[in-house]
Amino acid sequence: MKAKKIAAYGILIALAMVFSYLESLVPLSLAVPGVKLGLANTVTIFALYRLSFRDACAISLIRVVLVGILFGNIFSLVFSSVGAAVSLAVMFPLSRSAKCGQVLVSVAGGVAHNAGQIIAAIFVTDTYQIAWYFPILCLTGTLAGIGVGLVSTLILRQTAQIRF
Amino acid sequence: MYFLKQHRSTLIPIAALLLLSALATGILLFLRQPGGKAVVIMGGNTVMTLPLDRDTQVVLGSGKRTNTLTIRDGCAVMTQASCPDQICIQRGPIQYQGETIVCLPDRLVVRIEGGKPPPQDALPQ
Repeated sequence: MKAKKIAAYGILIALAMVFSYLESLVPLSLAVPGVKLGLANTVTIFALYRLSFRDACAISLIRVVLVGILFGNIFSLVFSSVGAAVSLAVMFPLSRSAKCGQVLVSVAGGVAHNAGQIIAAIFVTDTYQIAWYFPILCLTGTLAGIGVGLVSTLILRQTAQIRF
Repeated sequence: MYFLKQHRSTLIPIAALLLLSALATGILLFLRQPGGKAVVIMGGNTVMTLPLDRDTQVVLGSGKRTNTLTIRDGCAVMTQASCPDQICIQRGPIQYQGETIVCLPDRLVVRIEGGKPPPQDALPQ
C-alpha cells in the first residue's frame, strides 16, 4: 500500500468516525428510534467515486468496527455492519452507471441501509410485523439520502483535482 | 442550476420514491386505530397479552437482562431496560395498532393489537 493511500485511509476513516459520533450524540427519534442522517455516507460515496469499491468497503468496515467498539455495543456493531454492507452493495453498481447522479446513489444507499436493518431485525426478533415501519423508514431514508447526496455532489465537484 | 443539470435523469426515480413512501406513511398514519391490547413477543413466541385499559407494570426477562413494560393511560411504554443502548425506552409510549417497541439484544417485541381486551375477572378496583 502506498503511503499516500494510507494517509487517505486515515483521513477518511477519521472523518467518517467523527460523523458517526456526532450522529450518535443527537438521536433523532422520529417515530422509530435509530433514524439518522447518515453523514458518514458522504465519506463512503467519496471513496466509491475517488478511490475504488475495495477501498470504500475497507473504509466503511473499519469505521463501523471502530465506532461500534468506541461508542456502541456488539448489537449496534452487527446492525451497522448489515446496513453498511447492504447499502454498499446497492451503491456500487449505481455509482458505476453514467446515468446515475450522486443523489440517486445516496438515496438508494440510504433506503437499502434501512431495508437491510429492518430485515435483520425481523430475523433477530422472529417477528415479521416490524415491517410496518418500512414506509416511514423509506421516507426518512430518501430525505436523508437527498441531503447526503447533495453534499456529496458538492464535495466531489470541489475536490475534482485531488488524485490518490 | 448545477444540481438539476447533474441529476435531471435521476429526478424522476427520486421524486417517485419520495412520493410513494410519503403516501404509504401517510396512509399508515391516517388509517391507524387505537389498539386494545399489548402483545409481548419474546424470540418469536407470544408470552403475554396485556389489556391497555388496565394500568400495570411487568418485568420481562430474567437475571441481569430485564425490561420493564408499563401500561398506563391506554399506552404501553418501556420504562426500564438493562441493555446499553436504551433504544426501546427512547421509543416512548405506543398505543396504535401495529406499533411496536423492539428490544433487539433481548429479542423482545411489544406489539399493539386491536380488538376488545379479553374480559377481566370482576375484581373490586
